[in-house]
Amino acid sequence: MIKSDFYTFKILRYDAKEPKKDPYFALYKIRVIPGLTVLGMLLRIRDEIDGTLSFRSSCRSAICGSCAMVINGKIDLACRTQVAVFETDTIILEPLPNFEVIKDLVVDMTPFWQMYEKVQPYLVRKSPEPEKEIYQSENDRKKIDQFVNCILCACCYGACPVLNRDENYAGPAALAKLQRFSADSRDERATGVLEKFNNEQGVWGCDTVFRCIDACPKDVRPTDGIVGLRKTLLKNKAKELLGVKEK
Amino acid sequence: MMLNHDILIVGGGLTGLRAAVGLCDKFNVGLISKVYPVRSHSIAAQGGINASLANNPDGRDDTWEKHAFDTIKGSDYLGDQNAIEIMCKEAPGVVYEMEHWGCPFSRFPDGTIAQRPFGGGGFPRTCFSADITGHSLLNTLYERAVYKKVKIYPEWFVIALCVDDGQCHGVIVLDMKSGKLIPVRAKVTIFGTGGYGRVYRNSTNALINTGSGIGMAYKAGVPLKDMEFVQFHPTTLIGTNILMTEGCRGEGGYLLNNKGERFMQKYAPGAMELAPRDIVSRCIMTEMEEGRGFEHPLGTYIQLDLRHLGEKKISERLPGIRSICIDFIGIDPVKEPIPIMPSQHYSMGGIDVNEKGASSVKGFYAAGECACVSVHGANRLGGNSLLDTIVFGKLTAQAIEEDLPKSKLKPKEKPLLALKKEMEKKISALSQPGGERPYKLAADLGAVMNEKVGIFRTKKELVQALDEVIKIKERYKKVSISSADLHMNFELQNALELENMLDVAHTIVLGALLREESRGAHFRRDFPKRNDKKWLKHTIAKIGKKGEPLISFKEVKITKYQPMERKY
Repeated sequence: MIKSDFYTFKILRYDAKEPKKDPYFALYKIRVIPGLTVLGMLLRIRDEIDGTLSFRSSCRSAICGSCAMVINGKIDLACRTQVAVFETDTIILEPLPNFEVIKDLVVDMTPFWQMYEKVQPYLVRKSPEPEKEIYQSENDRKKIDQFVNCILCACCYGACPVLNRDENYAGPAALAKLQRFSADSRDERATGVLEKFNNEQGVWGCDTVFRCIDACPKDVRPTDGIVGLRKTLLKNKAKELLGVKEK
Repeated sequence: MMLNHDILIVGGGLTGLRAAVGLCDKFNVGLISKVYPVRSHSIAAQGGINASLANNPDGRDDTWEKHAFDTIKGSDYLGDQNAIEIMCKEAPGVVYEMEHWGCPFSRFPDGTIAQRPFGGGGFPRTCFSADITGHSLLNTLYERAVYKKVKIYPEWFVIALCVDDGQCHGVIVLDMKSGKLIPVRAKVTIFGTGGYGRVYRNSTNALINTGSGIGMAYKAGVPLKDMEFVQFHPTTLIGTNILMTEGCRGEGGYLLNNKGERFMQKYAPGAMELAPRDIVSRCIMTEMEEGRGFEHPLGTYIQLDLRHLGEKKISERLPGIRSICIDFIGIDPVKEPIPIMPSQHYSMGGIDVNEKGASSVKGFYAAGECACVSVHGANRLGGNSLLDTIVFGKLTAQAIEEDLPKSKLKPKEKPLLALKKEMEKKISALSQPGGERPYKLAADLGAVMNEKVGIFRTKKELVQALDEVIKIKERYKKVSISSADLHMNFELQNALELENMLDVAHTIVLGALLREESRGAHFRRDFPKRNDKKWLKHTIAKIGKKGEPLISFKEVKITKYQPMERKY
């Protein structure tokens, strides 16, 4: 339900090009109607009230991953958050945590993409390619379904308490991506490749407090991926101790 | 500072990434994108990609020739048949290639790539990854680009294309983070910049789909083709116009009017809900105009009913649709029909190129939605746009790989530096206070295009639209933005793109006004029949001295399929 005709948006403003100017909350009062999303309101504020406001947006349908931010204390995509869901007519918007701010709600995603690239986020094949598709059972396809859904919006990265204290931690999205390939029946990466993440900066860094699961708008459940990788690593270790050779 | 590449690719969607991974081993390639590549609009494609794999038990007899015929008929015979044949022949190969690169296609019980029926297709040949096929394909190609170490410049916004003396020299870029203007020189520039949906108020397209690449090419003197052909998707969520994939109907969904009738029975008894998009959109509009729609504060609508498919099928095959409906309109399609209306969806027209992606300007190529080969003609079939992006991204790369080593093209610094100066001046003029804010003009443009250049068109409305677009172009000369900052200034970006949008709109309206017939998605109430004698030809729009489009025509390439009446 809409709480009143006019809502107050408090938006954290900051420009890294003017580091001497402290961050501050700018207040915008704007008329709302039912069915509007936080992104819809941001666009109207930028268009009609303050053209200097910076935020990212693109698909407006929760698939491109551009508009992750903190909305009344909760991390989510602005495009899929209805204004009416809050018990208040004040909406506070802040940039995604665990990142440097470039301007206003736009953060520097570079570390996120660097971690992503580190996990070798692609299908590794050694066998010669078949003429047609590589067969995969419906069941095997299902095993990667939740991880395939990741839109790389970095909501999980912003929510992760480990990244907050250790910027070298790979983070939930990158590890979920690693599991997406590690668990793909078609992937042929050597088991040793996972060893790179068999440490505190990798799968053992996770506190398993599930903040990433709460923050994920796509139900990817990154912790499941991290736990899955831990199991694979332990299994590999056991095989190694028992002297089972890798195929 | 001047940046140099052999090959410069603009656009990080499927087309740009496919071209990049094809060329990066042999050449010094740079890929520029105004967003991080995975934010590109290819990500939003839902239903699938067509290829005659014949995996579906109901489609064992499918062949690329049948795919080509369906595409030609779907195009209302405006598509160039040689190009369509190439695309359909390439289709199985590129789908297998994407699968080998990791694309998580949905599967049949025998482990092969799953395929479902789509509109205008005689066979179930649309390969899919649940209802996030674009997301799966784009991630796969981005992953491939990471593997191949393609040099990518994310959040670099191209503001002008440099053509001088019949040759392309590169582009001028605004680095959104640093706020610097950078000239980029290249022997070859490829545009994979996407469609122009945001020229319309109601569109399924992402906010970034302004068509500014098409407008920039036009401004630089590259001709555009068939701009009047605009696809309106039949099923978009009321209010937000978020796409409800054709896969909903491919999986068996019904369209219902307020009498509870599957009204497609009246219009296309053979294909029913799976008639091509142009036809289904017109039928929905007719039902609504004749009072058989439902009323809602967000507008008149028709129902897309999936309930009979059951929760299991909906959750497995259309999970994204279900969550969009729940998040954006509070409706669970398992329990309630989805309220839909048609809205702008796809740009059939675009930069005039041949089947190698080459334009008439030396060193300038385009592919994907920003280009017009033409493989979609007057109406694109669902499942053929993802195919177009990947096939022509690949073939453009192949053509360049062959031609570039033989070429003597030497891109020059001087025209790039002059263009950079010109753009600096333009930006500084936009920063002068006192004028109208750009969003007002964009809103007025969207309204005109929606109301007067929509699914049904008439001379009277098109004349008015032309007049109004020209007036908005005049107003644009005095537009003002709030800040002269160059970094992360999205209002500046919008203002720069708006100029291109106005040019794009101008060519659409003029093409629609001149084409006195009805073909595919272009329907004139005052000329309701197709007229092959006069109009079986492509419209070409080239910029005139005062910025106005000069129209000429080009013949359609016919190989073996003579135009017939289109019945479904």
